[in-house]
Amino acid sequence: MSDKTPVIKVRDLVVGFGTQTVLDHLDMDVRPSEILGVVGASGAGKSVLLRTIIGLIPRRQGSIEVLGKDLEKVDEGERRALERRWGVLFQQGALFSSLTVKQNIQFPMRENLEISQRLMNEMAYAKLEMVGLSPRDGDKFPSELSGGMTKRVALARALALDPEIVFLDEPTSGLDPISAGDFDELIRTLQQTLGITVFMVTHDLESLYTACDRIAVLADGKLAAEGPISAMLESEHPWVKTYFQGKRGSSLADRELVQ
Amino acid sequence: MSEALLSQKLVGDRLELTARGFWTAPHAAELEAEVNRIAGGSSGAKPTKATDVAIDMAGVRELDTFGAWLLERLTRQWTNVGRDAVVTGLPQHGADLVEEMHGVNREVPPRPEHKNPIVSFFAAVGRGTTGFAGSFHTFAQMLGETGIAAARVLFRPSEYRLTSTVHQFDRVALQAVPIILLITFLIGAIVAQQGIFHFRKFGAELYAVDLVGILVLREIGVLIVAIMVAGRSGSSYTAELGSMKMREELDALRTMGFDPVEVLVLPRIIVLIIAMPALTFLGCMSALYGGGLVAWLYGGMSPDIYIARLTDAISLTHFQVGMIKAPFMGLVIGLVACAEGLRVKGSAESLGIQTTKSVVESIFLVIVLDGLFAIFFASIGM
Repeated sequence: MSDKTPVIKVRDLVVGFGTQTVLDHLDMDVRPSEILGVVGASGAGKSVLLRTIIGLIPRRQGSIEVLGKDLEKVDEGERRALERRWGVLFQQGALFSSLTVKQNIQFPMRENLEISQRLMNEMAYAKLEMVGLSPRDGDKFPSELSGGMTKRVALARALALDPEIVFLDEPTSGLDPISAGDFDELIRTLQQTLGITVFMVTHDLESLYTACDRIAVLADGKLAAEGPISAMLESEHPWVKTYFQGKRGSSLADRELVQ
Repeated sequence: MSEALLSQKLVGDRLELTARGFWTAPHAAELEAEVNRIAGGSSGAKPTKATDVAIDMAGVRELDTFGAWLLERLTRQWTNVGRDAVVTGLPQHGADLVEEMHGVNREVPPRPEHKNPIVSFFAAVGRGTTGFAGSFHTFAQMLGETGIAAARVLFRPSEYRLTSTVHQFDRVALQAVPIILLITFLIGAIVAQQGIFHFRKFGAELYAVDLVGILVLREIGVLIVAIMVAGRSGSSYTAELGSMKMREELDALRTMGFDPVEVLVLPRIIVLIIAMPALTFLGCMSALYGGGLVAWLYGGMSPDIYIARLTDAISLTHFQVGMIKAPFMGLVIGLVACAEGLRVKGSAESLGIQTTKSVVESIFLVIVLDGLFAIFFASIGM
């Protein structure tokens, strides 16, 4: 795959529920090995876009190509193969509550690879350490974890099969600023070591500044703006302007400039 | 995949390994086999012969954490015994990965404790026994808490949740009517058919009516309805309260100064206490109707005779015996269901366990209660 071809190519996408249209003829590209942050007002359809791309929500119109394949046009086997090449971190973590942390991480391995229990254990511990947890946490159950740990375990599970794309749905929501900052850094580091593409839905301005290469702004069912943070600061779109140059946005921007 | 992922050559004291192909998750199984083979099947035959090892990774086309970890595991065979392992030809991104893997799995993960099977058997028996005692404890506690909440509501009737009660009544009583009518109708019909079939042998078909009337009014009607309600409404109470507890809704209520027992449990239990007699009455009527229909169509007994015989056979006492039991059964089902609901812990599995327990325990207690009532009524001559 050349560096020019986008990993995710969304064209003319229309998604709606009942009489309401959430995404209205949306076009979007995600480039290889970048961290793309998707922002927008609450209810603008960020999570809907993510869930549509991974095939959880049916679309009314348009095409979505992930790694060069359209999910709706491939057969069952190819679809599973494609799904193996991405990992998803859901907003609440979505860990299986009846499995331990270790078993949660091993679940995708057990289902998709025929590897020995020893290697599975070693890989689960390796992934745990990669996301900054200790092997001792492996035998805990999800209900015993704090919010930040849940997100880290969920990330470890999303990375279990070494995917090429990772979808993150509000990875830092519900975390304190320090944990959120650590998590941003973790995503950045993992992205660099593993060379993955990250599609991140977020509300967190801090994440946009520290972690994202490019930002896409969703408004009125379309992409209102797209580009690096500097482009966002210059944008004339009213929502983008309020968001990035409002009280919270501009103080962050000043701080970035000082640094 | 004809290409060998790893090939070896012994040059003097130096083992030279050449890696090729895809060192990625989909090939992890064959890769692990190769690595195990080179590492001397863990017997360590080769590593002792070769004093150091050189691994050429230039031929590797793709490398991910699985490949990087297996490479690390391979080199540790030598580095752990103080020998040299040199890895060459890694691309930059691969070098980062291997570096990352270098630090992992250093700490020996905690071994699961090996338990003595005899000890764990006795431990399980002990836990089971205390658990059984514990469920009586929670049952009594729930009874007490509900009693207190009911007393509080008696003094301040305006605080009683009437809307919630009406809503629950609709779900538990009104929506249950069709299925209760159908089941009791069938039970009445079956009892009548069996009675007529067996009594016919000695010409006592008429007594089948006594059988249907007394059995349905005293025992079957209320028992069938109670079992249906335990399965239908008790389980839904447990699941509702359990998932509310999982999502911290109960804690939210508590912090706002509400008592979950008063807000959630009391209306549900009161609804069951009202609904059980009502459903039992309907169920009994439906069973008698079903029995009458079978007596007519199968036993050739005209409805007039059936009704006349029924009036002779049954008395108000039989009806009272059945109806008196009904509210108590409703109370027991409600208490068990709510108590089990509040015992749900964080996981989806525990919700399932408590719901099962709720249904099993309430049906068990309903039958025990029925037995106790039978002794009671017998001794007071009802």
